[in-house]
Amino acid sequence: MAEKEFWRWKEYNWHDENIDWHGCDAITAGVDVGSVSSQAVILVDGKLYAFATTRTGSDSPKSAQKAMDWALEDTGMTLDDIHYKVGTGYGRVNVPFADRAITEIACHARGGNFMYGNSVRTILDMGGQDCKAIHCDERGKVTNFLMNDKCAAGTGRGMEVFANLLSVPIEDIGELSFQVEKEPEPVSSTCVVFAKTEASALLRKGWPKNKVIAAYCNAMAHRVVTLLERIGVEKDFAITGGIGKNIGVVRRIEKELGITALKADGDTQTAGALGAALFGKALLEKSRK
Amino acid sequence: MKANYGYMDGSGEYYITIDTDHCNNCSHHGCITGCPKGMFQVITDDYDDEVAEIKEEFRKKIKYDCADCKPTTDRPPLPCQAACTPGAITHSW
Ligand code: SF4
Ligand code: SF4
Repeated sequence: MAEKEFWRWKEYNWHDENIDWHGCDAITAGVDVGSVSSQAVILVDGKLYAFATTRTGSDSPKSAQKAMDWALEDTGMTLDDIHYKVGTGYGRVNVPFADRAITEIACHARGGNFMYGNSVRTILDMGGQDCKAIHCDERGKVTNFLMNDKCAAGTGRGMEVFANLLSVPIEDIGELSFQVEKEPEPVSSTCVVFAKTEASALLRKGWPKNKVIAAYCNAMAHRVVTLLERIGVEKDFAITGGIGKNIGVVRRIEKELGITALKADGDTQTAGALGAALFGKALLEKSRK
Repeated sequence: MKANYGYMDGSGEYYITIDTDHCNNCSHHGCITGCPKGMFQVITDDYDDEVAEIKEEFRKKIKYDCADCKPTTDRPPLPCQAACTPGAITHSW
């Protein structure tokens, strides 16, 4: 029997059936090929029309194509109908159909501005294998950024490893982390490998799973707050990326910072691809002038 | 834009910050030749501005690559900062 994959998060696609894209002036797409997940977003005249979020495979061009094909599914639209396509993420230069590649830092700022509104000034992107703290202005232009990609602590991949170690579905981790009598001290907050070893030791010592989960979420939150503190947190504050969906980490970050993060009107994991599609719209307009 | 390159680990913080607003009006790009390790390059960024950045291959080992310029006993002027007359570069030490 196949082993249960506790790390596996929901892959899905969506499109807005109320939008008729035929004859629209600007159809743009963004594809974010990250180290763990890939997303494609399609905008029709600047409005969110379709997206897909899926796992990145071993081949970046194929992952980009898969995400794009899935976003296009059941829309009647083909790649040729899209006027401008932008690639982003760590695999951005390997998006075969992209007209331009833009860094994920700039795309998350722009996507965050669209998703949370133009009052957002600090965006924390908790990605698959890195964490970025970004300041942006009211147009979603980056004014300051800091990236941690040296260590997997505080990243989606770190959380996947942890879900498998504890045999807990990744989507349940946030809720379970609050089912403890008292908030435990964080496990080692500097390294996901040490954190894993420490968590195993705590389980052997008889700690209930939920308490270990709470300690790990606490460690992750503390780790990224340290990163954020280096550039400072200006209000409004928002979290993008897959971990933005994990309330166990998000609420602990909010508690440590003393700031409530804006709530997303959409999937936080698609912010990078959304920003790329918005860049696509601006670049399309520029090219037509 | 302030671009921070580097990392923190158990032993400290190792960041080089470039205030790229200065780079647009910089004609000499002194950072490129000023750094003995060749850590800087000038690129066109996402907003189509010409800016300096730290090359990818140095970003995770700044502690070691900058060590020769940073004696433990003193804080001498760093070659990159001396070469950048607009004053765009700061180090976290
Ligand atoms: S010398 Fe300074 S201002 Fe000029 S490009 Fe280099 S970092 Fe920018
Ligand atoms: S401290 Fe020395 S090695 Fe480091 S960036 Fe400056 S000039 Fe280059």
